[in-house]
Amino acid sequence: MSDTFQLDGQPVSFESGQTVMQAALAAGHYIPHLCYHPEFKPHGSCKLCTVKVNGRTAASCTMPAEAGLEVESDIEELNALRRTLVQMLFAEGNHFCPSCEKSGNCVLQALGYDLEVHSAGFRHQFPDRPLDASHPDILLDFNRCILCELCVNASAEVDGKHVFALAERGNSKHLIVNAESGLLKDTNIALTDKAMSVCPVGVIIKKGVGFSIPIGERRYDQRPISEQALDDAPRPPSGAKHE
Amino acid sequence: MVHEAVSPSPRLLAPKDLSFLQQVLRSHANDPTKLLQILREVQEHLGFIPNAAVSFIAEALAIPRNRIESVASFYSFLHLRSQGTYRVLFSDNITDRMLGSQTLMERMCQQLWVQPGKVSEDGLLSIGTTSCTGMCDQGPAMLVNERAITKLTHQRIQEIGQLIRNRTPLSDWPADFFQVEDNIQRAGLILGNTLAYGETLQASLTLGGSALVEEVKRSGLRGRGGAGYPTGLKWEACRNAQGEQHYVVCNADEGEPGTFKDRVLLTRQADLVFEGMTLCALAVGAKKGFLYLRGEYRYLLDHLKGVLQRRRESKLLGMDILGQSGFDFDIEIHLGAGAYICGEESALIESLEGERGVPRNRPPFPVTHGYLQQPTALDNVETFCQAALAIHMGADQYSAIGTSKSTGSKLISVSGDCPRPGIYEYPFGVSVQEILNDCGAVNTRAVQISGPSGICIGEHEFGRKLGFEDLPTAGAFMVFDDSRDMFEVARNFVHFFAHESCGFCTPCRVGTSMLKQTMDKIAGGQGTHYDLAEVENLDHVLQTTSHCGLGRTACNPVLHTLKHFRPAYESRLKSLSFKPAFDLDGALARARQMTGRDDAGAHLKENE
Repeated sequence: MSDTFQLDGQPVSFESGQTVMQAALAAGHYIPHLCYHPEFKPHGSCKLCTVKVNGRTAASCTMPAEAGLEVESDIEELNALRRTLVQMLFAEGNHFCPSCEKSGNCVLQALGYDLEVHSAGFRHQFPDRPLDASHPDILLDFNRCILCELCVNASAEVDGKHVFALAERGNSKHLIVNAESGLLKDTNIALTDKAMSVCPVGVIIKKGVGFSIPIGERRYDQRPISEQALDDAPRPPSGAKHE
Repeated sequence: MVHEAVSPSPRLLAPKDLSFLQQVLRSHANDPTKLLQILREVQEHLGFIPNAAVSFIAEALAIPRNRIESVASFYSFLHLRSQGTYRVLFSDNITDRMLGSQTLMERMCQQLWVQPGKVSEDGLLSIGTTSCTGMCDQGPAMLVNERAITKLTHQRIQEIGQLIRNRTPLSDWPADFFQVEDNIQRAGLILGNTLAYGETLQASLTLGGSALVEEVKRSGLRGRGGAGYPTGLKWEACRNAQGEQHYVVCNADEGEPGTFKDRVLLTRQADLVFEGMTLCALAVGAKKGFLYLRGEYRYLLDHLKGVLQRRRESKLLGMDILGQSGFDFDIEIHLGAGAYICGEESALIESLEGERGVPRNRPPFPVTHGYLQQPTALDNVETFCQAALAIHMGADQYSAIGTSKSTGSKLISVSGDCPRPGIYEYPFGVSVQEILNDCGAVNTRAVQISGPSGICIGEHEFGRKLGFEDLPTAGAFMVFDDSRDMFEVARNFVHFFAHESCGFCTPCRVGTSMLKQTMDKIAGGQGTHYDLAEVENLDHVLQTTSHCGLGRTACNPVLHTLKHFRPAYESRLKSLSFKPAFDLDGALARARQMTGRDDAGAHLKENE
């Protein structure tokens, strides 16, 4: 028999090695998240999944599950923090949803709607982030990057290619590719790579297929993300281990 | 900041540079965990890390080249593009500013015809700023090609400008430029010790590991890096942790602005530091140790290497230490490259492994999963000194010093508005007022305890005592008299945190730079009550959701100064509840310039 912890007053059973997020999703409980992806080792950078554990805040995707924990997630105090974090991510980059190919399939946008982010909240930074359109089949639009590192991990761990990495630090941090020229065309990325499909926002875009599904009929246009996220969570858990 | 794609270098490596590169790689056995050290050495030789070198290193270490760019660009002192033959960085701590660093920098830029942060057109030099270089007691200070220069004056700046213009090699510059004083104003337990090197180790050799741990536990010693975790418990947990290898790491990445005690300890008490590390190795069963030395203290490297060599020759390091069979331990020095965050223990370990200095998720903690995921005892420079003394004196005698929860002594780095800045060693429990009296400070308005991440206290609190019971401190003690504008102090600290944020987590990456912009908006006379409310909102997000201590403490300077010196903020505010940061009239400046108009009609009135 596995142990349990409490999530918003409900018992959640977990297996050894699972984090609070992994156990919650496997048991059918949604905790808002952005950089967490069930197929990759959680690293906890976006902080949207912040919960209160025995009264102290922690990122639930990296917090090891332990018997008897009292975890609070769906409370206004935390949802307000999540709203602010979403506002920060929107303000940090250049997100123009109406013209974005990812609109309706974008996790950041879907979280914005679901968490009821009704205003910008912060002054937009309008950073200068040139596109990389060098590759014949793939466009990189860095304006939308939220630095979740999923493409970095997918390329390294699944594709075995290391096409992506992060450079610099602080608010200068940005995505780079693995080429002396600094251009995507000089990397060995392929359309079939895992890295092509993990971007939660609209940075890594396949050329030549724009708006094939009309806006309004896309994934998160149908139902809010909180109702769909559980579909992505493997059950029983993949056993992705937290180190 | 705008990032550009790295363009292919037209400059291929010259044969002599190539052979240097090969030699560096060989000396590090083509080990990717030594990447940061390799990059540092390449940069020292070539002045920057050219594209061709990146490709060459990537191939030699069998790692992707973007990993090298990723690591190199994380650290302030590593450059992927030339920053000039002479790279001048003014230390930008508030104490340097109070000593006139900004005027000196402007003057130097004028003298040499360069813009701050840009490389001169002839590629000769660049002038910029860097976070506190740990010379606050003898500032203003600068780094030239990562070499510290202290006590800057207009005359010294002029001389430096001349030397650069004449392309005089740094090795031929006057030696007194590089003179770093110890400024020990008050010695105690540590700075006054008269132990011969090896004495403590010799006396404790027969005690054995578990007895050493017990002694340190009983001494009540707590870490001197600021957090105050009981050292004995840490050593015990590390000793008991399972692993293939145990490691001892000394944190000499003294980056907290206003702190410079480790600089003096490494200069004057290097043997005691290494003695403490060796005792720790005996206690936890480690064979290998690292001293992580901040890049700003590069000038101490030869001295420290010399001490290590002497200790090896005296059988205090190496195989069978002091003839005790099986007691093998040696210490390697790793240099940092300009990243405050590497003072955080798990970020320091990442950096030791040749990675970007991004703090890890904890648990697990370094005592069980530290360097190369092995059990690691990581302590501050001063902690190792204190541990050696606690073991030497015995727990009973040691714990009689200080207070019940803060045993032993504490080194305080005093800087700012006082006639006698420097290092003061006191038993824990000393009051702020006593230190102010000793350093001769008068008309003191505020003291920043333990640096920007610590706390700012006002006059009515000067009776408070240093120690874990009341005012915990890593040692910084910056004094501000009544001529100082505490808003500007806080703004300097906010800029510091934004510059040093590693950028890993959303709240710190975005929040610290938003905070910086808000403080700049207030400084520019555009602030309103709405902005103060935004500061409080940012504080809350940073404190509750940040990944590590940097983000959690980044708001402290603002919170504390708002609490004590609110008028310094309010006097700058517009009385409106909201005003956009965008300055409409300012935006017309270009049009006025183009049309040659500057009459009243070419200006917008306030609130128009």
